[in-house]
Amino acid sequence: MPEFRRYSYDVLIIGAGGAGLRAAIEAAANGASVGVVCKSLLGKAHTVMAEGGVAAALANVDDRDNWRVHFADTMRGGQYLNNWRMAELHAKEAPECVRELEAWGALFDRTKDGRILQRNFGGHRYPRLAHVGDRTGLEMIRTLQDHGIHTGMQVHMECTVLNLLLDSGRIAGACGYDREKGLFLVWQAKAVVLATGGIGRAFKITSNSWEYTGDGHALAYRAGAELKDMEFVQFHPTGMVWPISVRGILVTEGVRGEGGVLRNSEGRRFMFDEIPDLYKDQTADNEEEGWRYTQGDKNARRPPELLTRDHVARCINREVKAGRGTPHGGVFLDIAWIKERMPKSEEHIKRKLPSMYHQFKQLADLDITKEPMEVGPTTHYMMGGVSVDGDSQMSTVPGLFAAGEVAAGLHGANRLGGNSLSDLLVFGRRAGRYAAEFAKGNPAATINEAELQASAASALAPFERGPAGENPYKIQYDLQESMQDQVGIVRTESEMERALEILEQLRARAERAGIAGHRQYNNGWHTAMDLDNLLLVSETIARAALLRKESRGAQFREDFPNKDADWGKCNIIVKRGADGAMLVEKRPLQALPPELKAVIEEMK
Amino acid sequence: MATQATFRIWRGDPSGGKFQDFVTPVDEGMVVLDAVHRVQAEQAPDLAVRWNCKAGKCGSCSAEINGMPKLMCMTRLSNLNLEMPVIIEPMHAFPVIRDLVTDVSWNFEVKKTIRKFKPRSPDAPDGAWRMQQADVERVQEFRKCIECFLCQDVCHVLRDHHKQDEFIGPRYLVYAAALEMHPLDTEDRVSDLKKKHNIGYCNITTCCRQVCPESITITENAIIPLKERVVDRFFDPLKQLFNII
Ligand SMILES: Cc1cc2nc3c(=O)[nH]c(=O)nc-3n(C[C@H](O)[C@H](O)[C@H](O)COP(=O)(O)OP(=O)(O)OC[C@H]3O[C@@H](n4cnc5c(N)ncnc54)[C@H](O)[C@@H]3O)c2cc1C
Ligand code: SF4
Ligand code: SF4
Ligand code: FES
Repeated sequence: MPEFRRYSYDVLIIGAGGAGLRAAIEAAANGASVGVVCKSLLGKAHTVMAEGGVAAALANVDDRDNWRVHFADTMRGGQYLNNWRMAELHAKEAPECVRELEAWGALFDRTKDGRILQRNFGGHRYPRLAHVGDRTGLEMIRTLQDHGIHTGMQVHMECTVLNLLLDSGRIAGACGYDREKGLFLVWQAKAVVLATGGIGRAFKITSNSWEYTGDGHALAYRAGAELKDMEFVQFHPTGMVWPISVRGILVTEGVRGEGGVLRNSEGRRFMFDEIPDLYKDQTADNEEEGWRYTQGDKNARRPPELLTRDHVARCINREVKAGRGTPHGGVFLDIAWIKERMPKSEEHIKRKLPSMYHQFKQLADLDITKEPMEVGPTTHYMMGGVSVDGDSQMSTVPGLFAAGEVAAGLHGANRLGGNSLSDLLVFGRRAGRYAAEFAKGNPAATINEAELQASAASALAPFERGPAGENPYKIQYDLQESMQDQVGIVRTESEMERALEILEQLRARAERAGIAGHRQYNNGWHTAMDLDNLLLVSETIARAALLRKESRGAQFREDFPNKDADWGKCNIIVKRGADGAMLVEKRPLQALPPELKAVIEEMK
Repeated sequence: MATQATFRIWRGDPSGGKFQDFVTPVDEGMVVLDAVHRVQAEQAPDLAVRWNCKAGKCGSCSAEINGMPKLMCMTRLSNLNLEMPVIIEPMHAFPVIRDLVTDVSWNFEVKKTIRKFKPRSPDAPDGAWRMQQADVERVQEFRKCIECFLCQDVCHVLRDHHKQDEFIGPRYLVYAAALEMHPLDTEDRVSDLKKKHNIGYCNITTCCRQVCPESITITENAIIPLKERVVDRFFDPLKQLFNII
């Protein structure tokens, strides 16, 4: 029988990105003993990659900004499917959370009068994103890490949680393995906070790292928690497409903000071809006006390249499918063209977009001041996740909390840029506080030893099958390929039905996955164990997307291309039924209180 | 560009190991990490390697490529001579765990020994501070650090003289500098730097600065100013006198 190394904490935090670290700091500040588990080394979580900034209505640059405007912007962006309570708390508490980072040593860029500088971003009415050049995520995670290590939290680096443990319906802890040595571990805990991030690795083209296999989503589902909004996966319109090796790496929205234009292989600015009615009045109808907008002319309307992320991604997709793509299957994003409009354009581009300049120079041998880039949509962010109480972040399982990208609610059908980093702070803090409180009020639950042994046995199964079994990497590739093709940016019923059949076959193959070698730092073994989670979240995405027979936000159904008023009043919940089958159901939204309704009306 | 290349990858664990050659197809634009991944997916599924962002932002994929400490995700094959095998080894200054993965936990322990940030009280009633861009920029350079530990890997004090118990290495001198020069910080780390962290072991060879993927001017901007503070405090006769009094 495999041995388990045992630990016990008041609060166990799974994940050490922005949300996990913020939760850990808060739980420790509330007197809890805290353990943090993460798959990578400390400070390497996904949060480190964020660029643009963290949204908070500090009103340092435009004093008309306040929480009400931020709230209304977030709800509009989410097409009103958001959990209004979360949108309200987020808008109210984000400024305080950003200032808190400064008190812990973060150094944001400054305004002339010495306050935190804020920048414009899509969907935010006023300049709202506090930032540090284009490395805001690094500043945030490092600040939390450096502050956190002095709060007494115990960090278990390079450990992966395999299962949550329950005791008569409430949380009892978690078990998993340590990647370095392959040992099994069990963490007994009175409360558990999931902060595991997203699901991008379910798709072939993504801006996400290997860590994003939807573990938290799958752990919560298996523990009986409800998942929500799983159909809403954000595809960012501009990722790199060439060279193949860097496919999916993000090309910031800032390129278009600075005047970059999208063209197809015929040289046509195809974004002018289709402008949604809802945005007709706000969008430029000629190139000249669009250019003036990017140069700060307040009387000009925005160029169609700056329409919402979902729409731009779909237009790019359409051009490529119609055979008007670039040699490597993208479209052209051209910022070099501005040399026709301004002197010294090369220096201007390098100054405004330094990391993009270096990224293309170093990885693609391409000088963006001289040549157009090739770009295409990339899987970027998961709006859906664990359904939680807006105030406490507790899931439907007592003692199980969720915060950050793994939790659902704040963003509804579509997330605004910058609202994720603030999400991590506001709800990481709340989850940490309420988890500590829960731990105070509830004694430790009992670990079920049989459950532990079952976890270990299933984890070790790939070794029993050995190298003659299926190659786990190959199964993962095939899954990514299928999700990309059939449950991607443009969805139809027949394709998603097909995807579900393929997932079924892949599940059978995953059960045959085998691996050679031993348990020490064996990446092949890790990949084999991740398959279960990837398969599960893929299925929840496909099933939720099938049920929502309309197009809204990030979900576009070719067979139902319009919004449907009735669907606009519902979320989709996915959970495990008593018989183990996946239940997918429509659930009416909670009614908006009159005072918040008034805020939305006022801001329309 | 060649259509295939040989990668000579070190494989082993603390008990020892050896180089193993893998021949794999290569495409335009590939980086070393892609080649390692291809080998892993097709020939050696249990090959151990660390990575996360694949864009030079997280500092996970540090290794020695043809003897040079580098990030594997930012080293393009087109910049290497593919006529010869590409030699990939784990960092030498840290104990091997397996294959290309080393035990860097010492670094995380060292960080805890450096006194934490201690800000002055807020400048404004809203609990915030006022700082000028010019003043924060100096420290922002140090805060670009992605903790790849390549500088630690090349520093002879750690790599050849194994002074891990006494010397904190360039990464943490940069970290200490970021704290010491932070416009809001009020803590004093000068004495620690001399006595506990042994900044004196550094003889400004600049090896660390030369390998930093973030181009942080480690020696000139961080270490030398810290050394000056130490000298001012401990060797300036007037201050010495002052200290005694
Ligand atoms: C390129 C890029 C740029 C972005 N830019 C911005 C931006 O400018 N503004 C913005 O607001 N948002 C941005 N985002 C989105 C934002 O960065 C993420 O949504 C956010 O960082 C997620 O944080 P998190 O704390 O929820 O999770 P993460 O930071 O991803 O952390 C997840 C943690 O969970 C751990 N974990 C996962 N599974 C397990 C398991 N089974 N066992 C143990 N540990 C586990 C991981 O190891 C990791 O420590 C960007 C995203 C990308 C990819
Ligand atoms: S300059 Fe100092 S810290 Fe840097 S490598 Fe040389 S001895 Fe080490
Ligand atoms: S200072 Fe440079 S080389 Fe050293 S750890 Fe930081 S980024 Fe890496
Ligand atoms: S993988 Fe992040 S720096 Fe190389």
